[in-house]
Amino acid sequence: MKKTILQFVSGIALTSLAFLAQADELNLRPGVTEISRAVYDLHMLIFGICVAIGIVVFGVLFWSVYAHRKSRGQEAAQFHHSTKLEIAWTIVPTIILVLMAIPSTQVLIAMYDTGGEDMTVEVRGYQWKWQYKYLDEDYNRTFSFFSNLATPRSQINNRQVKTDTYLLEVDRPLRIPANRKVRFLITAEDVIHAWWVPDFGIKRDAVPGVVNDLWTIVPEPGVYRGQCTELCGKDHGFMPIVVEVLPEAEFDAWYASQVSTEVVKAESFGETFTHEQLMAKGEEVYGTYCVACHLADGQGIPPAFPAIAGSAVALGPRDDHLRLVIDGVAGSAMQAFGKQLDPVELASVVHFQRHSFGNDAGDISQPADVVNLSGGQ
Amino acid sequence: MSEQSRQQANINRTVGKLCLMVVGMICFVAALVPLYDLFCEITGLNGKTGGPYTFDEAKATPDTSRLIRVNFLTNTNEGMVWKFWPEKGAVRVNPGAANTVSFFVKNTTDRVMVGQAIPSVVPGAAAEFFHKTECFCFEQQILQPGEEMEMPMRFIVGHELPKNIRSINLSYALFDVTESVTVAQINSASTVPAAGG
Amino acid sequence: MSEVIHADHHDDHDHGPEKGLLRWLYTTNHKDIGTLYLWFSFAMFLIGGVLALVIRAELFQPGLQFVEPEFFNQMTTNHGLIMVFGAIMPAFVGLANWLIPMQVGAPDMALPRMNNLSFWILPFAFGMMISTLFMEGGGPNFGWTFYAPLSTTYAPDSVTYFIFAVHLMGASSIMGSINIIATILNMRAPGMTLMKMPLFVWTWLITAYLLIAVMPVLAGAVTMMLFDIHFDTSFFNAAGGGDPVMFQHIFWFFGHPEVYIMILPAFGIVSHIIATFARKPLFGYSSMVYAVASIAFLSFIVWAHHMFTVGMPLAGQLFFMYSTMLIAVPTGVKVFNWIATMWRGSMTFETPMLFAIAFVVLFTMGGFSGLMLAITPVDYQYHDTYFVVAHFHYVLVPGALFSIIAAVYFWIPKWTGKMYNESLGKLHFWLSFIGVNITFFPQHFSGLAGMPRRIPDYALQFADFNMLSSIGAFIFGLSQLVFLYVLIHTIRSGKPAEGRAWEGAKGLEWTLPSPAPYHSFTHPPKVTDAEVQG
Repeated sequence: MKKTILQFVSGIALTSLAFLAQADELNLRPGVTEISRAVYDLHMLIFGICVAIGIVVFGVLFWSVYAHRKSRGQEAAQFHHSTKLEIAWTIVPTIILVLMAIPSTQVLIAMYDTGGEDMTVEVRGYQWKWQYKYLDEDYNRTFSFFSNLATPRSQINNRQVKTDTYLLEVDRPLRIPANRKVRFLITAEDVIHAWWVPDFGIKRDAVPGVVNDLWTIVPEPGVYRGQCTELCGKDHGFMPIVVEVLPEAEFDAWYASQVSTEVVKAESFGETFTHEQLMAKGEEVYGTYCVACHLADGQGIPPAFPAIAGSAVALGPRDDHLRLVIDGVAGSAMQAFGKQLDPVELASVVHFQRHSFGNDAGDISQPADVVNLSGGQ
Repeated sequence: MSEQSRQQANINRTVGKLCLMVVGMICFVAALVPLYDLFCEITGLNGKTGGPYTFDEAKATPDTSRLIRVNFLTNTNEGMVWKFWPEKGAVRVNPGAANTVSFFVKNTTDRVMVGQAIPSVVPGAAAEFFHKTECFCFEQQILQPGEEMEMPMRFIVGHELPKNIRSINLSYALFDVTESVTVAQINSASTVPAAGG
Repeated sequence: MSEVIHADHHDDHDHGPEKGLLRWLYTTNHKDIGTLYLWFSFAMFLIGGVLALVIRAELFQPGLQFVEPEFFNQMTTNHGLIMVFGAIMPAFVGLANWLIPMQVGAPDMALPRMNNLSFWILPFAFGMMISTLFMEGGGPNFGWTFYAPLSTTYAPDSVTYFIFAVHLMGASSIMGSINIIATILNMRAPGMTLMKMPLFVWTWLITAYLLIAVMPVLAGAVTMMLFDIHFDTSFFNAAGGGDPVMFQHIFWFFGHPEVYIMILPAFGIVSHIIATFARKPLFGYSSMVYAVASIAFLSFIVWAHHMFTVGMPLAGQLFFMYSTMLIAVPTGVKVFNWIATMWRGSMTFETPMLFAIAFVVLFTMGGFSGLMLAITPVDYQYHDTYFVVAHFHYVLVPGALFSIIAAVYFWIPKWTGKMYNESLGKLHFWLSFIGVNITFFPQHFSGLAGMPRRIPDYALQFADFNMLSSIGAFIFGLSQLVFLYVLIHTIRSGKPAEGRAWEGAKGLEWTLPSPAPYHSFTHPPKVTDAEVQG
């Protein structure tokens, strides 16, 4: 009996060891910033101290289990306290703790450094996506965009092979320049989220009504990935963070182009589109913004997420439908998409909803209608 | 007195004390809400700023050796559909000098609405040195359908601002408080005093 | 109140329990109520375990296979709530009911009718909570920590039932604690001074005070939620001038002492078992008592270490980091004392001892990861990842749960008068021990690699560890059926046990015959030095 147990245990231990050797990520990653490396070093230091204490404590325990057993004819001693020993094992751990507290405090103070930033980005959590807003001293140069999960539903539902960046890819990543100090102001629209990029060693809760700040300087251009780390509802696991760090010159060029595309885009709001154009664009927008709650067949998950197929809204007056999508429904999961989508996207997604899933409203929604409804720009 | 009834009296006394303790803890919980607000005010936790600040501008003594960058964030909260934006994304100011920045709101809906802006300062340690002599956040705004309003905000960054703080972020979240304001108030004025301050 | 005791006093002379099922409904006997609590908690443990297996089945592979994210969130939430409030806490109360009167030499609990009430509230509370899973819109899905505004403005309609269920559990816990304190302070046999009390009694005395202090706080938090949801107040609603962060402060002011409520009685149990099977007096009895008291005190000033990422001022972060690190000192003292108790003993390794040693080792590992989590700058990297999941499961499963299982094996001869089957007990131990480590050890790695908790689907680099963890969870879950079999087997056909079922056992309960008579110590026993710990 004992032998079989032993064989079983050692078998499990060996397979798991072999298994561990294969996996490349067993430890915290050192990351790419000065702070993340300091955090990694601190992590290794504390871990090392714990392992050392563990070896001593468990060593004594297992020696005792091995040597002081009745089956070896051991007589029980009757001592039951030792003041010297008890004082020693209160004082020594306290000293070790103080030694651990010193570097921890230093790293924490370094993280709390404020000011001196070259640029500021507001990070806003939504159910279930992130919004990035570049705050420029010239307000006309401030622009923002949403960053949504880009992994197709077919991969999540196992109908398609998963790629390497499964669940860690977005449609529009946050872009920041290398070697410049970037401040992030973290907040949220609806519930609490948390913004985390492990390679930068930074994480902060995004709390509605509260603004938190973080900063980073990334020396290496590259793509860094993270995830939302505070339970924020249904799709908490599906709102990744992707940060693309660009060389400074490349970033400046991109920034300038973003500022000018905002202007170009605004001009397109006067255009009129055909039914086919609106349906194509609308399907794309629906797939990114609506499908999580209202599902691919428009049936929704009542009562929290009502069906669009055959709904009174989708078959009622067009302006009421547009208004509902633009302003949202206060106190429900339906957000005010007027803040997230531009008039072209809004018009097309509403048009798509009114002519899909068996709906046939027979009218047309144009960007100009959206602009009129939201009181002009 | 028998052993039995003496024990029973002791038990009753213990239970009485413990019930008092439960009642005490319930009172403590009730007191937690104001205590928390007080705590936030003292520590600047959550960046809550104070009410109107009185300041004699004739006696202003700007500290030209320091230049503080002040970033402005404007957000409309969930359910609030107005447009809300600052005149400038950021300004650079000297501690001790008075500055004015304008903010704009526009009611894009077809109904009368009331808005309330809630300010917050980051880092929290700067909150107690960020003084507003004039701010739209001290009152609520009532806007007619399609109406746009310019709202000036006048502020001073105190000399005592810790040296390690080189930039301050002032954020305003605009909330829809239409439901909490009576029709009579909406009809009689264009602004009403804010509930908080 | 005095009528209660008198009525009880008149009919407590040497007759056994009434016949039939109504016995259990009307009983005021501490042994019956202890049994009810223990079976109730075991049922909850199995239900919570099934929910955990749903979670692990979904996480076996990346992608969504079995459940939708919405339902997954209901599983994680209810698993946490049921295990904390339905399994671990009632199990400790059940042990307290069985053991405290026998260990202090009292005939029963101080308030027997309230005892009955505090148990019978629980099935209704949990019936209500579990029924929400079958309601339209689903049950609680906001995590067992139910952070506002996810649990208020954005909660499913069933949240109101959840709030009332929490109120009922709170009321039950408070009544149970008042009863325990009243018993310990007033009903000890002559000669049983405070510093001679068995450690299980001591740890429960302190735990009961913690419960009385923090359960009203929890009730206050859910009441504020109720008002925010139904009466348009704005305690936690930023739009109305409230603050969602305040919810977390209030919740963790309850939540951190709650963590110790789930572990302090375990310290008491393990102290008894280790001393018994080492056949030695417990090392450092008084320092054990002081350590428990200081852990209880510290538990009130460390709550914000659960919230390092909400954005507190630097001074606050430092304070909570230092105070949290300090907890390692009294906890260390306890571990050292247990090892010193084993040192130069004459040890045998029956099932309760195996669970107790596993407790010491694995709880200490949970303590190490806890120390790492206390270090604020590194906690930013660990916070809300599987590293945290691994940490608290190490202190709660091989910690609290193993101590409860150890207690059942240790005292079951006293309860039933029969001995369990040692081979089956050992089988149960080894399956549980292996299962628990395969389940939770890999979670340290997936956490360090960056896997957030409470997600139904994950990136491919976490796949291997999750698969391993799921395999372990099924081993652990199924091995609890062995436990159920051992229990039934013992009750139906166990070999008769002696009064002092274990060679090295000390304490008043072992002076009684096995099974303990339905009414024990109707006349206070004489407390001899041989039977006390101090």
